Amino acid sequence: MSVLEQYVDAGVRPAPAPSLSVVSASNLTKRYGQGDAHVDALRSVSLEIEERRMTAVMGPSGSGKSTLMHILAGLDQPTEGTVRIAGLEISSMSDAELTRLRRRHIGFVFQFFNLLPMLTAEENIVLPLSIAGEKPDRQWVEALLETVGIADRRTHRPSELSGGQQQRVSIARALVARPTVLFADEPTGNLDSSTSKDVLALLRDSVDELGQTIVMVTHDPQAAAQADRILFLADGRIVKEIGASTAADVLEAMQEVSGR
Amino acid sequence: MTAVALKGLLGRKFRTILTGLAIVLGVAMISGTFILTDTIHKAFTNVFNVSYRHTDAIIAGKQFVANANSIPTVPPSVLTRVRALPDVAAASGSYLFDTVTLVDRQGKTIANGGAPSLGFGIDPSQARFNPITLASGHWAQGPGQVVVDTATATDKHYKVGDAIAAKGDGPVKPYTVVGLGKISGVSIGGATLAVFDVPTAASILDKHGYDNISVAAKPGVSEKRLAAEIKPLLPPTAQVRTGSQQASHDAAEVTAGSNIIKYFLLAFGAIALFVGAFVIFNTISITIAQRTRELATLRTLGASRRQVLRSVLLESFVIGLAAAVAGLFAGLGLAKGLNAMFVALGVNLPQAGTVFAGRTIIVSLVVGTLVTLAAGLFPAIRATRVPPISAVREGAVLPRSRHAHRRPYLAGIVMLLGLAVIVQGLFATSGAGSVLGLLGAGTLLLFIGVALVSSYMVRPLASLVGRPARALGGAAGRLAVANSVRNPSRTAATAAALMIGLALIAFVATLGAGLRNSVKDALGKQVKADYVLTPSSQGSEFFPAQTASALGRLRGVEVVSDIRSDRANVLGAGTAVAGIEAATIGRVYRFAWKQGSDAALSHLGSGAIVDSSYATKHRLGIGSRFTLQASNGATQWLTVAATYHPPQADPVLPKIVISRATFDRTFPRPQDSQAFVKVEGGASAARTAELKGAVAAYPDAKIQTQAAWVAAQAKSFDQALNLFYVLLALSVIVSVFGMINTLVLAVFERTRELGMLRAIGLSRRQTRRMIRHESVVTALIGAALGLPLGVLLAALVTRALGSLGIGFHLPGQQLAAFVLLAVVAGIGAAVIPARRAARLNVLHALQYE
Ligand SMILES: Nc1ncnc2c1ncn2[C@@H]1O[C@H](COP(=O)(O)OP(=O)(O)O)[C@@H](O)[C@H]1O
Ligand SMILES: [Mg+2]
Repeated sequence: MSVLEQYVDAGVRPAPAPSLSVVSASNLTKRYGQGDAHVDALRSVSLEIEERRMTAVMGPSGSGKSTLMHILAGLDQPTEGTVRIAGLEISSMSDAELTRLRRRHIGFVFQFFNLLPMLTAEENIVLPLSIAGEKPDRQWVEALLETVGIADRRTHRPSELSGGQQQRVSIARALVARPTVLFADEPTGNLDSSTSKDVLALLRDSVDELGQTIVMVTHDPQAAAQADRILFLADGRIVKEIGASTAADVLEAMQEVSGR
Repeated sequence: MTAVALKGLLGRKFRTILTGLAIVLGVAMISGTFILTDTIHKAFTNVFNVSYRHTDAIIAGKQFVANANSIPTVPPSVLTRVRALPDVAAASGSYLFDTVTLVDRQGKTIANGGAPSLGFGIDPSQARFNPITLASGHWAQGPGQVVVDTATATDKHYKVGDAIAAKGDGPVKPYTVVGLGKISGVSIGGATLAVFDVPTAASILDKHGYDNISVAAKPGVSEKRLAAEIKPLLPPTAQVRTGSQQASHDAAEVTAGSNIIKYFLLAFGAIALFVGAFVIFNTISITIAQRTRELATLRTLGASRRQVLRSVLLESFVIGLAAAVAGLFAGLGLAKGLNAMFVALGVNLPQAGTVFAGRTIIVSLVVGTLVTLAAGLFPAIRATRVPPISAVREGAVLPRSRHAHRRPYLAGIVMLLGLAVIVQGLFATSGAGSVLGLLGAGTLLLFIGVALVSSYMVRPLASLVGRPARALGGAAGRLAVANSVRNPSRTAATAAALMIGLALIAFVATLGAGLRNSVKDALGKQVKADYVLTPSSQGSEFFPAQTASALGRLRGVEVVSDIRSDRANVLGAGTAVAGIEAATIGRVYRFAWKQGSDAALSHLGSGAIVDSSYATKHRLGIGSRFTLQASNGATQWLTVAATYHPPQADPVLPKIVISRATFDRTFPRPQDSQAFVKVEGGASAARTAELKGAVAAYPDAKIQTQAAWVAAQAKSFDQALNLFYVLLALSVIVSVFGMINTLVLAVFERTRELGMLRAIGLSRRQTRRMIRHESVVTALIGAALGLPLGVLLAALVTRALGSLGIGFHLPGQQLAAFVLLAVVAGIGAAVIPARRAARLNVLHALQYE
């Protein structure tokens, strides 16, 4: 039994509820620039992200994956359309409301880790809690450190950790506040294939064992193969959607999408 | 969040320390000034507290005219009456802290800078009233004996039994040193002591009656009660103070000057802090820009704008507080340095244990921290505008301020406002305090305005001052000029800090040049003598009247016209008055008559020649009558005989000029302040030697040719100018820290680019040269902004001082020297950053993220 499962069994985390949509978007359009030089990064995208599942967003470079994720996470404003997270309409939120939303509902995993260089691994992990002014739950933090496998490196600074270790620290950081949804943009984009596997397994475990909801942008079929559901984006539109698949199936679907 | 801010500072130690240094100097100046002036004050207070330790009451002459040459004495009859009082245990008539100059074996007065030459007449049998303690020998008894202070004896190699000369108000007289003494346990700085018995002191000082009567009360009688009992016994020319009142009165009188020194030095501390604020503002702005991504990441993790603001302000607070603490202690060293500077300028101050007052600590810490916080406020506000999405964008930069497009207008308004305040201060305000206040405030605004607009001037200025770099620096030079304009607002802010110091230096130099020229001009217009007789040392203002007569007896001397001077109360204010020899003055001095003519001189009688603007101010015309009250309280009626308008830059004669006969009749102990001499055949080396020989017997006086005298008068500003330069150098040093800072941060930011340049063949030497040229270009931009600004300010001020006859004179040579100074500052600032850039490991630099 994994550390996380023990933790869940201890009853600290409530038992999974039936699947619900935690993020929903309707008719999202994003236009960069004006006039002749404009780019339509998203064209009327609507989607629902289900709770306790990992959703992968795939597509060729420039298809609008990152733009979609930034808008879903409230980092950017759509030109048209609405986004709801945990039932809250976010496009009309003030900066203070968005801040509260991020503290309670959103976790991020970045391609370039974005760890704070002057803090130790452990300090980086508990940072979201200290920012929110909450006391870290020691047991929970220990469990996370254990799970991501850097309990023995907790006092190291990011510059003293490998890329894979840094990304695992940043996953722990994204999980520590138990967000409603975790967004990851190319979390393995900066890692080699074997460390990528560890990181992906970790994300998968958090869905299976903690019931974490994850939205992951990737162009790596191996990564997408970990997902419960895969959305394909091309030219700013969702062009295809498949359920859990093998890497080979994903690759095939990708070729089909880009070949259109 | 607090931890993030603090750990961030620790992670950037070198940069944090450099940032803090910008404030350390300003704070050190403030704390050093307080420490120095408090210590001086304490030292003087010590001298007088010790001196009046056992004195319960002290009787002295009343001062009728502020700063007059003499104070009335207390008649001996008062001593008899005071002794008869039932509550009096003892009373003694004496001379305390009067003026007696010692004269060395070469006939030169022994004077240490501006320190006083003190003379005492003391009754050694009344030991309790005696401020002096004997170190060796015995007390002076009878004429011809003197006790001198141990410091002078050591310095000038006098021992008990040696002959020494001294002079009070009469001629120099010989004495034998019979003892050495000092004021017990306290330092008197460069002051000299000459202690006589009471009758000898009376004779050398040429006084009847005592300077002071010291009184001790019987046990159980308070100081206050004693003073109250004495009061009714006194004539109207005398007053009584308790011992402690007298001690603080004397100390206040002596330290009045140290308050001026205090505010003067504090002003330069404030300037250094202002420059430091620019540096801090710029440095924090740059570090914020470099941490855009980190700040954005914090926002994605849930940090609110307020938290970002607080964390940046916390950094400023910590830097400010740490720098203020460092500055506070650096002030201890600086106080010693300032003291050494005054000693070098010939001002020897007494010493006491260093006074480190609570006020010094509080003011230094509060000011240092607040200035840093204020400078960090704008960057902190900008930091809150970093959007969270910058966390995921490559090369994210700080968003431009929403008001950026309004900046040129704002700059214009601030500059115009500054100019308006300056003009208002200069042309429409009276009272030195408010003029200086407005001038300071206006200059501050002008600096801020120019700094705001300077980023728009960086490109054109860099292409101008970058010419030598491009021509001489090769590829490195061209890269340097390009680098200096790639972030104009940074270069501008860095240059603006240097601009302030250089502008003030150019201002002082231009004003000084104008002053020097005007004084030469003014003196040349007034005096047409061959030789000028003046007091010999800076400290003294007078020499005995016999000196001039001695010269007059020489063969070949055609005219000696001496000028008596003193202060008197006229029309309700203390005013300088001169007594002239009406028959001869016309041959050596040109009166610029307003009303009247040279004819007025021939029958001056009890008439007065009055400065025309003074006359206008007091509604005096020819025939108007007014009274003059001398320092002994005596009054004299005067009639205006003529008015004249001397050049205001340096009038040789004061606002009220009377005949010598009237002067000598009115003032107690008339003395000369100047004498003008005309000789047959004009000045020559032989004549100079002859006149010098004749003056040798009068150590208080000195003779010079008119040309030498004019040159010396014009040069007298140089010392003050040098003091200004030294103090302004502090601000320039602060701005050099700013330049170092900006370059270090730029090198850090361009790590990858530098690695690339090195990889494609830029040598270490070229790398250093590139950084150096960029630094010099920045410094020259500072000079290009600052020097014209300083000259402009000086032009405005000389315009306003036009009525005082001070003209504008462009000091071309000095300005060229300041440009050179800027280049040197630029090269100096580049040393550390250039070394850092050259040391970069090419491989690491390329991998740097
Ligand atoms: N800030 C921006 N300004 C202008 N165009 C942008 C911006 N961000 C993205 N784009 C454009 O929008 C399109 C989608 O970009 P992005 O969402 O980053 O794609 P992906 O992540 O799938 O590679 C691209 O054509 C890109 O050039
Ligand atoms: Mg992308």
